[in-house]
Amino acid sequence: MPRVLLIEDDPSVREGVELGLRRRGHEVRTAPTGEAGLAALGEFRPDLLLLDLMLPGMNGVQVCRRVREDSQLPIIMLTARGDDFDVVVGLEAGADDYIVKPARTEVIEARIRAVLRRIEDPGAGRSAVEVHGELAIDRAGLTVARAGERIALAPSEMKLLLHLSAAPEQVFSRQQLLEHVWEHSYHGDARLVDACVRRLRNKIEDVPGEPRYIQTLRGFGYRFGPL
Amino acid sequence: MRTRTGEGAGAGRRRGRAPRLRPHPFGLRTRLVLAFLLVAAVGCGTTAALTYRAARNAILEQAQNTAVSAFREQVDELYVSLPVSPESLRTDLLRIARQGKPRPWRVYAEYGTVRVSSTDRPASSVITPELRARAQARGASPHAGFQRVVKNGTPYLTIAVPAVFRTHATEGTARPTGLVVYAVMELNEEEADVEAMVTAARDGALPALAVALVPALLAARGVLRPVRELRHAAHSMGRGRLDTRIHAKGSDELSDLARTFNESAAALERSVAELRSAEARARRFASDVSHELRTPLAGMLAVTEVLDEDAGSLDSDTARAVRLISAETGKLAVLVEDLMEISRFDARAAELHTDEVDAADCVRKTLQHRHWTDPARVVPHLAEGIRARLDPRRFDVVVANLVGNALRHGEAPVTVRLYAEGDVLVTEVSDRGPGIDPEVLPHVFDRFYKADRARTRSEGSGLGLAITLENVRLHGGTVTAANRPEGGAVFTVRTPL
Repeated sequence: MPRVLLIEDDPSVREGVELGLRRRGHEVRTAPTGEAGLAALGEFRPDLLLLDLMLPGMNGVQVCRRVREDSQLPIIMLTARGDDFDVVVGLEAGADDYIVKPARTEVIEARIRAVLRRIEDPGAGRSAVEVHGELAIDRAGLTVARAGERIALAPSEMKLLLHLSAAPEQVFSRQQLLEHVWEHSYHGDARLVDACVRRLRNKIEDVPGEPRYIQTLRGFGYRFGPL
Repeated sequence: MRTRTGEGAGAGRRRGRAPRLRPHPFGLRTRLVLAFLLVAAVGCGTTAALTYRAARNAILEQAQNTAVSAFREQVDELYVSLPVSPESLRTDLLRIARQGKPRPWRVYAEYGTVRVSSTDRPASSVITPELRARAQARGASPHAGFQRVVKNGTPYLTIAVPAVFRTHATEGTARPTGLVVYAVMELNEEEADVEAMVTAARDGALPALAVALVPALLAARGVLRPVRELRHAAHSMGRGRLDTRIHAKGSDELSDLARTFNESAAALERSVAELRSAEARARRFASDVSHELRTPLAGMLAVTEVLDEDAGSLDSDTARAVRLISAETGKLAVLVEDLMEISRFDARAAELHTDEVDAADCVRKTLQHRHWTDPARVVPHLAEGIRARLDPRRFDVVVANLVGNALRHGEAPVTVRLYAEGDVLVTEVSDRGPGIDPEVLPHVFDRFYKADRARTRSEGSGLGLAITLENVRLHGGTVTAANRPEGGAVFTVRTPL
């Protein structure tokens, strides 16, 4: 069962979520502040980080940035709906998904599973390494290299790239990507897709402003190529 | 790809520009100018009339006096020998006529039936019987009688002087001889002088009237400018610009009015600001309360599952209590979320994240997601291939709330129709229930409105339709509720494509 690190300042939420997840078999460690959470990271080695955005002292977005500096640990933000600006900033900082509080444990667990599933499911039955222009995608080893140099991708970025490149030149709407990559409903938040595309472009495109690999089709969605 | 639309942006601007000043045929300007001109005309006219009369009298009287006294002298010097000899009298008359002042006269003499004149005709037609009677009656008087007569358009002065005896014994008294001498003088020249004066008065009055127009227009402008400013200011206030003030200077009634307007505007602005801040406080309070409720709810909601799972192993009363808490926690969470959503609409913080989507797909996914897939309960009639710009999450809320409401309060099957009408996307949700009470119909979108007062709580939060309305408005659309003639309620959403 996945090991989850929960950083949440409110004791009742912290305890409630911990209790709920532990009942479902997760190994949960909690921290009341960002600083304490970062300290627990190295020692606890979680599979996933559940991160409240509103934290005293170091806030969730800062924690998210710090984690992303040297790790591709899956991160799910806990937010309150209406904190729209925080959601966008959090996604830009590298979070893979977010959950609106209050949420039932089953919802939280479903999200955790969805985020983790991308890593475990490498789209089997294809040749190990695909080459698209300067981009080499190893579907089995889950690595991506540009011009021979390995690129570190967050789980959502990796899953999105694998999904798009599996069907080059096919257009996917935001809603389709939300359903398939994030396992959200059709009516989920399309900003997840946009933020992830931006982050991915910054890493794999030569000129992020003029993307070759992840192209936008105005009014329809995104596609991989044509190169 | 995505637009963020602040709610209500530009709503105020749309309401209307300042209306053009309608032309007033009998407006203030016209009336002021007319009044000015009337006063000027009356002034000019009165002055001219008085001057004319005085001058005319002076001219005529002068001519008259000269003529009367000269004639009187002439007649006094007349040496009358009785019985009258027409020949010698005529010679005398001719002499008198020649010496006429200020102009030659025509002289006539009457004695009984004898008529003698200085002209060809023995008698004058301008001498009136009245003058003649006066001359005879006044026989004893040495004074002359005179009369102005107009004949055939020509004015004449007629003078009658009776010739008298002067007896030295009775000094001062004179006895009439019975002979009356008349002088007739044309007053053409004097009349021409008077005419010239009338012309001069008229020629002077017209430019004076024209000159009067200038102060009239200036005064009209002086009055109308503040009036116009006031009008613009009032209009601007009406459009919600409560900080509108008028530049009030001077100390006349209009500037008093402007100052009063400014004071009233300031008072109005103050009270509106107070009202607004009170309203904002109330809204912030609702929002804060929901925020504060959310955190404990987040902890409670996370553990409801634990309660549900373990309820089975508890004794029946505890189990019922635990299940009740679990169920109510879920409802409370929904209610708080809905309250938060409404607060965001009230604070105009709700944002529209539009995307171009397949409308039929969007509705189908909503129905699937809510497991409304049984054709006995929900029947979709969705026109395919309509691409619409909308916020998928908010549109999902709209459709789900309407269908959920129809299933709860109406009766299955609920029909969901989707079609395009011009550039408007129409979404129609109808049920087979009893319909909505006409008294309730205007309130269905009100917050927490309960159709049945006796029922204290419905299954929903009581905010579903209010949230639906706000979401549709955010899309720039409308939503209406009605009863179908064949029975059942129908909700119609119209949003721009």
